[in-house]
Amino acid sequence: MKSLTRVLIFISAALMLSAYFFPLWHILLDAPQYPEGLEMKIWLNGLSGNITQINGLNHYIGMKFIVADDFKEFKILPYVFGLLTMIGLASAIFKSRKLLWTWFISLCLFGVIGFSDFYKWEYNYGHNLNPHAAIKVEGMNYQPPLFGYKQLLNFTAGSLPDTGGILVGLGGVLAAAALFYKPRLSPNKSK
Amino acid sequence: MSALLLTYSCKPGKVGSAVDADAAKKVYVAPGKYDEVYAFLSGGFSGQVAAYGIPSGRLLKVIPVFSQNAENGYGYSEETKPMLNTSHGFVPWDDAHHPELSKTDGEDDGRWLFINGNNTPRIARINLATFKTVEILELPNIGGNHASPFCTENTEYVVGNTRFSEPLDNSNGDVPIDSYKKNFKGAVSFVKIDKDNGAMKLAFQLIVPPFNYDLAHAGKGVSHDWIFFTCYNTEEAHTLLEVNASQRDKDFVMAVNWKKAEALIQAGKGTKITAKYAHNVYNEGTHTATSTMETGTQTLDVTKFPGLVYYMPCPKSPHGVDVTPDGENIVASGKLAAVIPVFSFQKMLTAIDKKEYDGMIDGNLPVLKYESVLKGEVKKPGLGPLHTEFDGQGYAYTTMFVSSEVVKWKIDNLEIIDRIPSYYSPGHLSIVGGDSKKPYGKYLLSLNKITKDRYLPTGPELAQACQLIDITGNKMKLLLDFPTIGEPHYAQMILADKILKNQVKFFKLEDNKNAYVTKSEKDTKVVRNGNRVDVYMTAIRSHLAPDNIEGIKVGDEVYIHVTNLEQDWDVPHGFAIKGANNAELLVMPGETCTLKWNPYQQGIIPFYCTDFCSALHQEMQGYFRVSPAGSNTPIKFSIGENPVTQ
Repeated sequence: MKSLTRVLIFISAALMLSAYFFPLWHILLDAPQYPEGLEMKIWLNGLSGNITQINGLNHYIGMKFIVADDFKEFKILPYVFGLLTMIGLASAIFKSRKLLWTWFISLCLFGVIGFSDFYKWEYNYGHNLNPHAAIKVEGMNYQPPLFGYKQLLNFTAGSLPDTGGILVGLGGVLAAAALFYKPRLSPNKSK
Repeated sequence: MSALLLTYSCKPGKVGSAVDADAAKKVYVAPGKYDEVYAFLSGGFSGQVAAYGIPSGRLLKVIPVFSQNAENGYGYSEETKPMLNTSHGFVPWDDAHHPELSKTDGEDDGRWLFINGNNTPRIARINLATFKTVEILELPNIGGNHASPFCTENTEYVVGNTRFSEPLDNSNGDVPIDSYKKNFKGAVSFVKIDKDNGAMKLAFQLIVPPFNYDLAHAGKGVSHDWIFFTCYNTEEAHTLLEVNASQRDKDFVMAVNWKKAEALIQAGKGTKITAKYAHNVYNEGTHTATSTMETGTQTLDVTKFPGLVYYMPCPKSPHGVDVTPDGENIVASGKLAAVIPVFSFQKMLTAIDKKEYDGMIDGNLPVLKYESVLKGEVKKPGLGPLHTEFDGQGYAYTTMFVSSEVVKWKIDNLEIIDRIPSYYSPGHLSIVGGDSKKPYGKYLLSLNKITKDRYLPTGPELAQACQLIDITGNKMKLLLDFPTIGEPHYAQMILADKILKNQVKFFKLEDNKNAYVTKSEKDTKVVRNGNRVDVYMTAIRSHLAPDNIEGIKVGDEVYIHVTNLEQDWDVPHGFAIKGANNAELLVMPGETCTLKWNPYQQGIIPFYCTDFCSALHQEMQGYFRVSPAGSNTPIKFSIGENPVTQ
């Protein structure tokens, strides 16, 4: 294993660790009455932001209250993610391409499963509405976008990576680079 | 012909001439944009303070201070009723004259606004983070707290002084009015301000001759230790003051060495006398006011302590007294005088040192020689000079009540630079930071006493008004006229940034320590204790809980404690009951307010939220069932099950 590869792995792992210190994702809500915006930040182990206000507004459309305790994910994610990062570090320490492959595939799986899970929650919150809600709009669901922006009645909902998410994403790119990037040998050296 | 033209052109300017050609642009604040400056205008006889944005002149909020305010329940709710308590009982009104921003190192710090109640002598403190009146201290021994609540350089003290001298409270007041000279006294009150939390305490009162004390300003910088009061009626008249108090050629500016007075009190030289005065404090943690009756005050008889008080003669019934930003000059305005005398602080010290006296008052209070203390006089300033403020560029601006104008003059050579008409008869004026050590300048407000033809008429009782004047150039330019609440007696203006940074958006529910708080809907309840019924109610978009209440009886005293559970910006809820002999409540997010209600007849009584809080605001309502006195209807309370929040 080349030292460049190992350096890339170490940097990547360091970036991954930022997930413990920064929120991964955020959902933004803008409305005429909320020019300052409402936001919900999603962390590895919980939620922060204007949850109470968002729940207060959601009760009109009959959306289930968002409570961090409802998400088992927040209990296991810190461990799963820690394990993943350790696999990466191990691959560099033991100079094992096999471990590096394991890490890369795990990361990909983690991403796919993570986003599917996120989508599932969004779908459930957006569709399973209480039939006794005060505001009912025919054919309307309130599922926020997985990525990007969407208009939901008077609210523009945005769903975007936050600091931690961006850094982890960058870490992922570096992990891929460690695996696939082969520095082209310069013509001089090949002689 | 040319002489005629000259005469014509010399006719004093009319309205159009003074208005700045760019006025519209200079006062236009685009929708959604903030004004540059807060102006706090007293409401005079409205008893309140109003906050305006400058330069737009937009009314932002009326802050209830001395008058009950049915609009938000101030002075009606159980929590705020104690604020208006006095030694005379509940006094639901006052005459609010002089707003005074707290100062640090002589500069407005944006923490508190003090204001005097003139009629039943009081000083109030408003917290500028919440725009709520948080403290009111009554002042004993004085009548007409007019020379108030001007503060010293670091808000060590705010002062109060008597406009109507009267016998001290602990004496036998049942004396002939014409025994004025013998039995009447003045009392200069020094109210100590806690530098951390602003709490007020009447520290001491100086017992002074029975003149009428009009206005005051403290020294700054070199003159830090001193405070200056104007006094008129040095004739000591007690009837037809219009004539009898206008006889003397000169009255006085009374210079008081407050540092020395403070030291004497600390050294135990004060005399404690009995006095009864209310001290009302609104606790922002419990959202509840308490009223305590104080029983005594420290006094110093100034005739017994030489060096405390000196008098500077001042022409003809002086009104305003203002100290230049550097603290070197004291400008006094004799309201019937033809000049504005400007006194020199240095010369005052020298005159005291050299004992350049012009007689004594009450035997041993020195009157300093006019010529010895005078820096100079502003000649022919206009008629009826009243008040002066400063722009920090070396200029002073004085209002002329009788000739209805504002006059700009240079402090160093006392020459008049410019004059601009006022509409009409200005009393006070205000410049941004204009009484501080570092005036910001830019805007001047002329606070007028007469409005007449300036606006669409509204019957005999017209709007009162003020004018905004641009003072950035050599010539003053009229920018804007706007009507105000009550009488805009005086104003203080401050850069908005100094206030904005401390703004509270809502109260934290978890920090609410009200004795009757209900922090969640499941804790709501109705409790009977004899004929007292306490309703612990919550409000959140869009329901009041409980909203069906039975078991109330005719003759009960019902206290409805409404807690607003919202934790978001700008979501107040209101609360009103049909037929209640009371006002409504306006409850801020995280706050608890209590309405007292005495149901007097049986029936179904609706209640509802009065603040249009949400799309389902009209659904935010409920019913009381009132049963006859002595009936057996049990206490019962409920709210329909909410499938969404369960």
